[in-house]
Amino acid sequence: MLTVNELSYSFTDTGVGKSVLDNISIHVQAGEFVSIIGESGSGKSTLFGLISGLLQPEQGEIILNGKLTHQRLGKVGYMPQKDLLLPWRTVLDNIILPIEITKGSLEEKKEGIRKWLIRFGLSDYEKFYPHELSGGMRQRTAFLRTLMTGKNLLLLDEPFGALDSFTKRSMHEWLLGIWEDLNKTVLFITHDLEEAILLSDRIYVLKRFEKSCIEVKIPLSRPRCSEFIYTQEFLKIRKSLERLLR
Amino acid sequence: MKDSCKTRIKSYGPFVLMTILIGCIWEWSVNKEIIPSFILPAPTSILQALIEHREVLFEVHLLATLKEVVIGFVLSVIVGIMLGICMHFSKALEKIIYPFLVISQTIPLIAISPIFIMWFGYSIWSKVAVTFLIAFFPIVISTYDGLKLRGTDYSNLLLTMGANRWDIFKKIQIPMGLPTFLSGLKMAIVYCVVGATIGEWLGASEGLGYFSRRMSGNMEADALFAAVFLLSLLGIILFLIISIIERQILKKRYY
Repeated sequence: MLTVNELSYSFTDTGVGKSVLDNISIHVQAGEFVSIIGESGSGKSTLFGLISGLLQPEQGEIILNGKLTHQRLGKVGYMPQKDLLLPWRTVLDNIILPIEITKGSLEEKKEGIRKWLIRFGLSDYEKFYPHELSGGMRQRTAFLRTLMTGKNLLLLDEPFGALDSFTKRSMHEWLLGIWEDLNKTVLFITHDLEEAILLSDRIYVLKRFEKSCIEVKIPLSRPRCSEFIYTQEFLKIRKSLERLLR
Repeated sequence: MKDSCKTRIKSYGPFVLMTILIGCIWEWSVNKEIIPSFILPAPTSILQALIEHREVLFEVHLLATLKEVVIGFVLSVIVGIMLGICMHFSKALEKIIYPFLVISQTIPLIAISPIFIMWFGYSIWSKVAVTFLIAFFPIVISTYDGLKLRGTDYSNLLLTMGANRWDIFKKIQIPMGLPTFLSGLKMAIVYCVVGATIGEWLGASEGLGYFSRRMSGNMEADALFAAVFLLSLLGIILFLIISIIERQILKKRYY
């Protein structure tokens, strides 16, 4: 699905190059849920900018769907850190934005949209404006908009980062509940260890100073539920990951 | 319902009270001949003049001025938006147009009006030209500045969806620029009344500016004040109309 080979990138806006990513390699298979964790400043969001095509790498290659290309814009579903819902559009109008951009037919997708609105618990709110929604609903709207791009690979940049812990918990429960039906591949940025372990099949740990990228497999079985965080197995994984991050 | 009535009294009450108070002091001081009535006529005599001259004032002069204002406004909106968009899309055009824009605003209107009269004579177009010259500037600037609000995050998001420049212009930049543009529109409509009046002073056969100047020559202070009152009323009403349109367009927005 996605292969990133020996990728390097640095910001040069001040004249002096400041290296953000150095020799990073990751790969994601179709249907996988892969998380990237790391402290702030380790270049997680930059990596997403590169994969989505907003930025071009200095070195290394990004192979999407088996093809190496510079034109990656419009090829993946990208959900940014801020929800970026357009304040002058209703929930429904925000969700259909990707369909408008790709000039897709709304009529054909109407049934699908209605189905997903119900699954996302937004069907009663489709006429609401973003400022009238709670944080959790805004995130779900932004997520549904990403889903509506119809792309198989979704890049989610800390989608639950701004939520309080209760809302976050219920969002995890909800996401695990629909995961099997989503039929998507997800690359997920977070700095929440618990979230990463609970949701992912594999985790990449990005370290800021060592500029290294360590892969960790999560051997928990699916389907999962949020109760998993209390199991011995979970705690063991968490302990070893924390040791890695130190 | 009761609440909205209360908030209205709260927000407009002080202004209304103050106006009544000033009106009373004004009336009283003219009646007591503290101020001579040919300098400042009493509010009641202005009202009398308004009623006395109502036919010419409303049917001839107000209508003539309104016509100049509306034509000038529509023209400046059309040209202003076009220039603003051109400047937005082309750096080269921006560099050419911007200095001319500034120059057009530094030429004293009074000085340039005789030129318009030379070109257009005493027809409506000499007045429209002055109106246009004064009103198109805020529209160009507000269009251009409104479109400059890039909303980089939003634009990037649309780019990842495969949007082209036109999509971003339509779906992000126009909605984002609307509030700035509408502010420019409100300024422009008020300037239009000013422009039409100046145009009429310098050469016209009808209109409130022409009427007020003639009354000034005749030392008919009360009729002059009646015309000035009508002009400011015209400005206020036009401003309110644009404000209502603005509120309708931006109704559901909160940032």
